[in-house]
Amino acid sequence: MSNLTDLTFSQLKQALNDRSTSSVEITTAYLDRIGMLNSDINAFITVSGDDALLSAKKADIARQKGTAGPFTGLPIAHKDLFCTDGVLTTCGSKMLANFVAPYDAHVVSQCNQAGLVSLGKLNMDEFAMGSSNETSFFGPVRNPWDSERVPGGSSGGSAAAVAARLTPLATATDTGGSIRQPAALTGTSGLKPTYGRVSRFGMIAFASSLDQGGLIAQTAEDIALGLEIIAGYDRRDSTSAEEPVPNYISTINQKLKGLKIGLPKQFFDDRLDDSMRKVMESVIPVIESFGASTVPISLDHVA
Amino acid sequence: MSLTSNDVKRVAKLARLGLTEVETRHTLEQLNSILGLVDQMQKVDTVNVVPLSHPLELTQTLRADQVDESSQREKYQTIAPQIGSGFYLVPRVVE
Repeated sequence: MSNLTDLTFSQLKQALNDRSTSSVEITTAYLDRIGMLNSDINAFITVSGDDALLSAKKADIARQKGTAGPFTGLPIAHKDLFCTDGVLTTCGSKMLANFVAPYDAHVVSQCNQAGLVSLGKLNMDEFAMGSSNETSFFGPVRNPWDSERVPGGSSGGSAAAVAARLTPLATATDTGGSIRQPAALTGTSGLKPTYGRVSRFGMIAFASSLDQGGLIAQTAEDIALGLEIIAGYDRRDSTSAEEPVPNYISTINQKLKGLKIGLPKQFFDDRLDDSMRKVMESVIPVIESFGASTVPISLDHVA
Repeated sequence: MSLTSNDVKRVAKLARLGLTEVETRHTLEQLNSILGLVDQMQKVDTVNVVPLSHPLELTQTLRADQVDESSQREKYQTIAPQIGSGFYLVPRVVE
């Protein structure tokens, strides 16, 4: 078996279903790697080693008994803004440095119900107010690709942990870019779901009408799997959308052929850094080679 | 609209924040810059813009007015620094 921590969430799911590995093996591999690298990257505020191994053992027993669900025993780590019953929930702040939450956020209880194993709680900008992860009371998070660079924020711990393979999947939150921007800065995939799709119950608020919980992972496929776990109506959030949760993974291999992709001219004006322009422009022929067409458009309101 | 240095000092006192003269000046500049942005936004002509309160067609969900959760006061109070007779005890802030 190749190095377990190199696998994606989806590949780990396959490996568990094939019985080519166990949840204890996976969990141990990630905990070892966290022990080796977290002091440099500072992505985790709390590592829940004992609890994680205990859940992993339970998951393996459930798999043997045949009572496991499709995700039982897979690892995840939570941004330290989601309340976790009995586990430190600091929001990156000195003010909450000793706050042990007395209940689980909806997202966390969905993950627990699905049988996911929580590896711990992830560093973030204090109260999610930042875009570089330099404002945490628990110290800055380093970008695993280059420790002299920021990982972005406020979900910088989530992004850095996934990029450094300290967890295959991480919860994150986004008010004005806090998932999308750190994902971009660490070469990971991030999704801010539509507002209302994911319950905000148990998320420490920043701007309630804009906050939304989401995920960071290595691939869009992993995000699709994870979103199915955390999405859905929750009566404890009055802005939760009462809509069915689609089977996101079923359309993951849909071809790009026939899609029309707009290139907003305002995003390509003279304020765009040349190195970024080069990357962006190199992507266009790749998209087109898959059969999608691109059209120049104008979004006047973003100028 | 803009604030004065006295406004900042008063709010800082109410929020129990100790600001030096330099910090007061810095905070005043930042707050006035935010208020300046609000003034700027108020000058935008929105006569022909249809108001968009929310992009999704969501309605406020209401629950029946029935007790359906049990009291967990004791559990919640285990994390409080100080409690007494079931209440949270905090330092006196109102004279």
